[in-house]
Order: sequence, then structure tokens, then C-alpha cells
Amino acid sequence: MARMTMIEAIRSAMDVCMERDERVVVYGEDVGYFGGVFRCTQGLQKKYGKHRCFDSPINESGIVGTAIGMAVYGLRPCVEIQFADYMYPAYDQLTQEAARIRYRSNNDFTVPMTVRMPTGGGIFGGQTHSQSPEALFAHVCGLKTVIPSNPYDAKGLLIAAIEDDDPVIFLEPKRLYNGPFDGHYDQPVTPWKKHPLGEVPDGHYVEPLGKAAIRREGEDVTVLAYGTMVHVAEAAAKETGVDAEIIDLRTIVPLDFEAIEASVRKTGRCVIVHEATRTCGFGAELMAVVQEGCFYHLEAPVIRVTGWDTPYPHAHEWTYFPGPARVGAALKKVMEG
Amino acid sequence: MPDDASSKKAAQKSNLSATKDELLKYYRDMLLIRRFEERAGQLYGMGHIGGFCHLYIGQEAVVVGVEAVKQPGDQTITGYRDHGHMLACGMDPKGVMAELTGREGGYSKGKGGSMHMFSKEKEFYGGHGIVGAQVPLGAGLAFANHYREDGRVSLTYFGDGAANQGQVFEAMNMAQLWKLPVVFIIENNQYAMGTSVKRSHSDTHLYRRGAAFGIPGMEVDGMDVLAVRETAREAIAHAREGKGPYILEMKTYRYRGHSMSDPAKYRTREEVDNVREHNDPIKRCEQRIFDAGYADEAALKDIDREIREIVKEAADFALESPEPAPEELYTDVLT
Ligand SMILES: Cc1ncc(C[n+]2csc(CCOP(=O)(O)OP(=O)(O)O)c2C)c(N)n1
Ligand SMILES: [Mg+2]
Repeated sequence: MARMTMIEAIRSAMDVCMERDERVVVYGEDVGYFGGVFRCTQGLQKKYGKHRCFDSPINESGIVGTAIGMAVYGLRPCVEIQFADYMYPAYDQLTQEAARIRYRSNNDFTVPMTVRMPTGGGIFGGQTHSQSPEALFAHVCGLKTVIPSNPYDAKGLLIAAIEDDDPVIFLEPKRLYNGPFDGHYDQPVTPWKKHPLGEVPDGHYVEPLGKAAIRREGEDVTVLAYGTMVHVAEAAAKETGVDAEIIDLRTIVPLDFEAIEASVRKTGRCVIVHEATRTCGFGAELMAVVQEGCFYHLEAPVIRVTGWDTPYPHAHEWTYFPGPARVGAALKKVMEG
Repeated sequence: MPDDASSKKAAQKSNLSATKDELLKYYRDMLLIRRFEERAGQLYGMGHIGGFCHLYIGQEAVVVGVEAVKQPGDQTITGYRDHGHMLACGMDPKGVMAELTGREGGYSKGKGGSMHMFSKEKEFYGGHGIVGAQVPLGAGLAFANHYREDGRVSLTYFGDGAANQGQVFEAMNMAQLWKLPVVFIIENNQYAMGTSVKRSHSDTHLYRRGAAFGIPGMEVDGMDVLAVRETAREAIAHAREGKGPYILEMKTYRYRGHSMSDPAKYRTREEVDNVREHNDPIKRCEQRIFDAGYADEAALKDIDREIREIVKEAADFALESPEPAPEELYTDVLT
């Protein structure tokens, strides 16, 4: 066991996979020589050579397109899109090619590719460096989408993603790289090294895709969250005293319907939290799932706390960001219903 | 790759000259950018500017040289390293600085930040945070010029790293196919973040980027404002005459990190110092001024003083201007 930041855990996952499996290659912009802008691939080129960890030119569609080709012919590329906001040129390749090849080829071919992307805000990135595009992937049948909330999960889920035979989008909440940020931007963040989920095994282990985790057990209300919002919800529960059961979805496709339904049936109330914009955000899907599966158990309307339906602004980061005050208000409101 | 007829390296121009007024203007314009950027860097360090902030220090001769020969109405569009372009277009330093600090007085009312500003009045079309995304837009502006037959030229700037984006090639092909009045200005400062040109380009001569489409290109000493101006003059004339696009590869250098948080491990201190010392665009302009006897050191000091005053006012404004009202976040999303 070692204490790791999320960055180190992610790096360790790639390291373990590269060590065990020659088919794994890692590349992207500034990924090789420089070790990645967030340092997630630092040292991998040195350890495994330029043929296995390398820099690509700035061309996201080229990065993902070549990774698909490699994957179809038996490699296991794990590529980095420097920020999720830059993936749009690659979206065509992801949706039309990666997501469809298994179906289209009658299962002759699969795309065992992982695409890592830092996601989310809280870093003053403004409109082109803060987006949370998870719903765009979830909406495309044929892609798996993972969003870890801590180092332990990040490593286990990334190994699972790389070993998975289908294309996996691996979204890394960049505000969590160095610590469990809970939305209190005016307070220092405890480093991962002091958090129990910063305890990460050195070697190989897998956290299965499609399994949610209960971060806090509670009786009053179920909070469905992922990524940074898990920590925000924890802070909100603590500060309001509402006995919330916080479910960290971890993967949104495949989705752990069982965990969601079991919890909401127990508590009878539900608050859904994400950073992404509201309209057609993944929260809308979660709301539908809860309504379909738990309608007769609900004691109050389900509430969503999300980013506003605007581009991510440069000014007013913390007005935009759904922090503990907004989540706390929703917890109180759902208890009144 | 052999040079073909459509691409050429700029001949060394030894007879570059300019009038006193011209040279002093370029000096002043470059110095304004430099002092503005230095101040932005300081405000960033003091925590008044957050997020991403890409300084143009070292590259001043490129935008000043090109903008010197554009005609009224010609459009400018660039990426995220855009403060210099805005100042060279005549945008108000106050409004630019206040955008960096996220205030109501900023060009985007604080909502856009360093990378996202526009000015209809100054024909400045942004300020784009997505690498390469502005290039097809620049070709589109040129299409509109062509369609409206208004004789305008689109000046489309992008970096060496951006030159690898697929959409840049798409834009080039369309521009040549339709003979659009656009000049593609590649600011080759030799690095894209931490990735050097030689680690990311199969052909490092970026002026040949349009060879496959038959677009002429020229390599330019981008640290010499007059070399920039003369080649830009030629390229802009070519575009305006209806001969289609032109590529200028400006060989330049950025002194500062990619953005404010750049450990700069990919190059040596000596490499940077060497350019600062021997190839600085402002120093080279200064030398030309002295050689021609246009001004003495005291006169240049006066200019510097004036500019520092302008930059100080901009910084003061940027700190005094209030934050936008929260309701402002919802304006200008749609009509
Ligand atoms: C589509 C996209 N991919 C990646 C990035 C991240 N990024 C921002 S600037 C940059 C380097 C660009 O280098 P270059 O074009 O040479 O311009 P310079 O920064 O040198 O001015 C990268 C990779 C981005 N903003 N957009
Ligand atoms: Mg560059």
C-alpha cells in the first residue's frame, strides 16, 4: 500500500498495465517527453520507451482515430485528451467508429481502447477548460463512461477500463487530482495522502465497471453523484445534518440500477448532483431511472442540483459551481417535501 | 521535401527600411504589448487574474508587423495567445486587462477571460481557446469578404502546434479551392506547450504546409518587424488581388512559459536568454532607430514612460471595475 494522489494513482494504473501487457500503449499531447500537463504519464516514456509512450501532434481526431485502428488490430491503447473540452474533433471517431465497430462487425472486432480526459471545473478554466461532457458519451450507445472520485477507485477503474474489451471514456475530475475538493474554495483541501481513499495498492487490482459505491450510509435522502460532486455532497450532508445516503456512481454507463433503486426505495427521497449543465444533463436520465424504478416509494419530488444552462463563465466561478450551499439547500428542500 | 514552385523561403531582405514615424510607431506598439503582458504576468502572480493566461512576450514583431500593413476593414482572428493581437488592432488596454481580471469593464464583461474576447469595432474576431478552431473561421470570414466583394482580407493567426489540426488542412484546401482572401499566419515559436516542432511535425518547414493545395508560403524572420511587414504586404496584396490564400511562417519565440503554470523543463534557460539577448524584436527595432538616427535613448525612454502610464491605467481600471452582476451570466447565451 502507498499513499497516492489521484495523479499518481492514474499513473500507477497505466504503469501496471504497461508492465503486464505489451499491447498497452500510451500517447497524447505532451504525454511522452513532458509527462502530461497534469503529470499523469510522467516517467512512463523513460520506463517503457518511446514506442510505448509518446507524444502526438495536436490533433484529437487523429489521436482517437489511430487508437481505434490499433485497438481493432489487437493493441490496447490508452490515450489522453488533454482536457475533455478538446475532445470534440474526436467525437466523430468516438461516436461513429469506436462505439459502433462491435455491432457493425457482428462481434468480429472490438475496440479495447481507453480515452482519458480531465473533466470539470473549479480551476478557473472558463468556457473551454471546465466542461463536463459526460452526458454526450452516455448518450452514445457503445461507449462506457467512468468518472472516479478518489485515487483508490481511479486506479482500479482505470485498470478495468484498459483491460475492458470495449471503448471506455475515462473522465478524471481535475479538481480532485490533488485532494478531495468539496466545494469550499476558500478553505485548504486536505491532501489525498491524508484521506483513507488515498491508500492505494501498488500492484494490480480491479474495480469493476458498473458498480456504484456507497460513500455515506443514511436514512433520509439518497444523493446520486459522481466525481467532484461526491465530496461536495458529503460536505453538504455534514453541514446540514441531513442523514443523506451518498451514492458515488463511479460509472454512468454501465449504470448500477440496483444500487440506485435499493437506496431510493429505502430513503424515499432523492437529490441528483452534477457539475454539467442542466438541460439533457445526465441528471435528467437519473431522474427518469428513479421515477421508473422507485415512483411508489418517493415521498417528495426528486431535485437536481447542476451547473447553470450557460457556458462556464470566467467570472463568478463559484456562483456557477454547484457547491455545498446549493446542494445543502436541496437536501433541506427535499426533506420538506 | 524539396521546395516546389508554390513555396519559397523568404529571400534575405537587406534593404528593409522605414520612415521615422513608422519605426517609432512599431516600437511603441511592440512596447505596449510587452509592458502590458509584463503587467498581466504580475497581476496573475498577485492573484488578481485566475485561470489560463498566455503571454505574447517575444512575439511582438509578428502582430505589429502584419497589422501595420492591413487596410481598414481587414479582419484579425487568432487563438488564445491573443492579448497582443487585440492591442495591435487598437482595442483598449483597459478593456483587455479588465477581461483578464474577470470584471464588468472587460471586453466580454468578464465572462470570457484571457482567451475569449472580441471587438466588432476593431474587426477582431477572437480570442479562441480551442487550438486550431479559429482557422476555418478565418477562411469563412474570407469567404464572406469574397462574397460581398468588399476587398477585405482575413488575417488568420495560429501556432506551430495548431498547424497539425485536421481542420487547418480542411480550411487551407477550401481557401485555395475557392480563392479566398485569407493570409494564414503561422506563429512558429518552436513549441506547442512542452512539445517542440521537431517532435510533432513530419516536415518542420511550416511555410510548406499548403504545398499540397498549391498555396504559396514564405518563411519570415518573425523577430524583425520590418521583415514581417514586407512579407505581410506581399501576402495581403496577393490575397486582395483575388489570387487566393497565402501562408506566412513567422519564425518567432515566446520567452515566458506556455501559460502561467509552466515548469518549462522542455528547454534550457540558455536557449531563452540567447534569444532575449541577441534576437529580441524590440531591441532590434531600437537598433534600427538608432542606426537611422531617428531617436536617441532619451526619446525612447520617454515613450516607455508614456506606455507604462497607459498600462498602469489599464491595470488600475482592471482592479477597480466591479465584478459583473451574477444575472449577467445568463445574458448572451441565446437571443
Ligand atoms: C483542441 C485543443 N487541443 C489541445 C489544447 C491544449 N493546448 C492549448 S495551447 C496548446 C499548444 C498550442 O501550441 P501552438 O499552436 O504552437 O501555439 P503557442 O501556444 O505556441 O502560441 C495546446 C496543446 C487546446 N486548447 N485545444
Ligand atoms: Mg507554438
